[in-house]
Amino acid sequence: MAVAIRVIPCLDVDAGRVVKGVNFKGLRDAGDPVALAHRYDRAGADELTFLDVTASSGNRETTFDVVRRTAEEVFIPLTVGGGVRGVAEVDKLLRFGADKASINTAAVARPEVIDEITRHFGSQVLVLSVDARRVNPAEGAGTPSGFEVTTHGGRQGTGIDAIAWAKEAADRGVGEILLNSIDADGTKDGFDLEMIRAVRAAVNIPLIASGGAGVPEHFPPAIAAGADAVLAASMFHFGPDDMIAQVKTAIREAGYEVR
Amino acid sequence: MSQDEKNSPTQSLNEGAVRDAHSGKRIQSPEGKPTVTVLDYGSGNVRSAVRALEAAGAEVTLSAKAEDVLNADGLLVPGVGAFATVMKELKDVDAIRLIGRRVAGGRPVLAICVGLQVLFEKGVEHGVEAEGIGEWPGTVELLPAQVVPHMGWNTVTAPKGSLLFEGVENERFYFVHSYGVQHWDFDVTQPHMAPPKVTWSEHGAPFIAAVENGPLCATQFHPEKSGEAGARLLRNWVGSLRKAGAAKGATA
Repeated sequence: MAVAIRVIPCLDVDAGRVVKGVNFKGLRDAGDPVALAHRYDRAGADELTFLDVTASSGNRETTFDVVRRTAEEVFIPLTVGGGVRGVAEVDKLLRFGADKASINTAAVARPEVIDEITRHFGSQVLVLSVDARRVNPAEGAGTPSGFEVTTHGGRQGTGIDAIAWAKEAADRGVGEILLNSIDADGTKDGFDLEMIRAVRAAVNIPLIASGGAGVPEHFPPAIAAGADAVLAASMFHFGPDDMIAQVKTAIREAGYEVR
Repeated sequence: MSQDEKNSPTQSLNEGAVRDAHSGKRIQSPEGKPTVTVLDYGSGNVRSAVRALEAAGAEVTLSAKAEDVLNADGLLVPGVGAFATVMKELKDVDAIRLIGRRVAGGRPVLAICVGLQVLFEKGVEHGVEAEGIGEWPGTVELLPAQVVPHMGWNTVTAPKGSLLFEGVENERFYFVHSYGVQHWDFDVTQPHMAPPKVTWSEHGAPFIAAVENGPLCATQFHPEKSGEAGARLLRNWVGSLRKAGAAKGATA
């Protein structure tokens, strides 16, 4: 027996409300993140991720309240990302009940923040979120690996090689990498397996694959490519109530362990 | 809890517990629930531990004050971070002495994650050796696995008669750690003493997932993050506090 492949629903939270629609049957208030967290917990989610997409900093306090209420009622690991800039934000999230924080733009801007956070709270507390896209060297925008780190939800290129960045972050002490393919995201055509394989080959910390999942059969190839966990949003929000179970069944039938 | 209740001058020792004029107010539950103090020494997220223990039926106090640590029916020692850091933080609140007093008095303690690790003799992280509390022999070392940290839900192999794992022997629990104890060398057992029960898991190599040693229990995984299985394990432990209290009352 081995550690199980984790299946992680991701909830986008804006000013305390889930912003992507959710069509769970029988859930009166689909916009309440805490109610959804309960729902996903009962449906077999192995962890939960909240992504705070709140634009106004004045509304950020509502996110902390959501984290607090969720952690008091749902006893599975909770990761919170969005707007994490340094030790102070991580400290506050942990105090409100988060188990891990994910960091993206702030680490690209200043990689030393990874060292600072992990030295303070341990590696296990920090997830590096990498939004990566394929780039074509022929168009003069290449990186050595052909994968580039983007920020602002994939809208801005950085010129940074995504594989080298993953390796640097792991060396600096980050505990996990959440790899999101900007090209595959929203296509429902499956994960970018080549990208997963490239990051897997570069780091020996847990790797969460994200972006492109449309059907349960898309998940086993991502695991074969090296993912230790899989994360999805709309597939769980808009799919049938038992979608987490369907995904786990597909993973189990492919020969991997699930909870 | 009011501020003037701390530092009571009238303390006396009884079975490892401090009794003082105010202790009844602090450590008793109006509903007769077992009382648990969650040791508050600056270690990460303790809110989940407090809530999970309350859900398991305990009256919970978050505190590092000696009387709260010593007088509760149970003490929970959380632990997140580096071995050496946790040891330093425990020393800073005098917790190592207090844990020792509880154990000497036969009073239950449950330690979690790095809380388990520091109960062993020493830890080696990044080549640096740090001294542990040394309740049990052994060294905490890097897990020889391809992917570390060991992060996620894993199975355990619990021994027959385990109190903690009763009803959840075949469930998975949530682990987050890079280091573990890979050998159990405990061979000194007094004739009248039950040998410790050791539960194993595996990531790269077998490692100790839990120890039940009389009043001193510890888990490498996080029961407060292990969903229903973790809730049952905590209920098993909290339930044993009630029995321990009842048995003590009967013989008093």
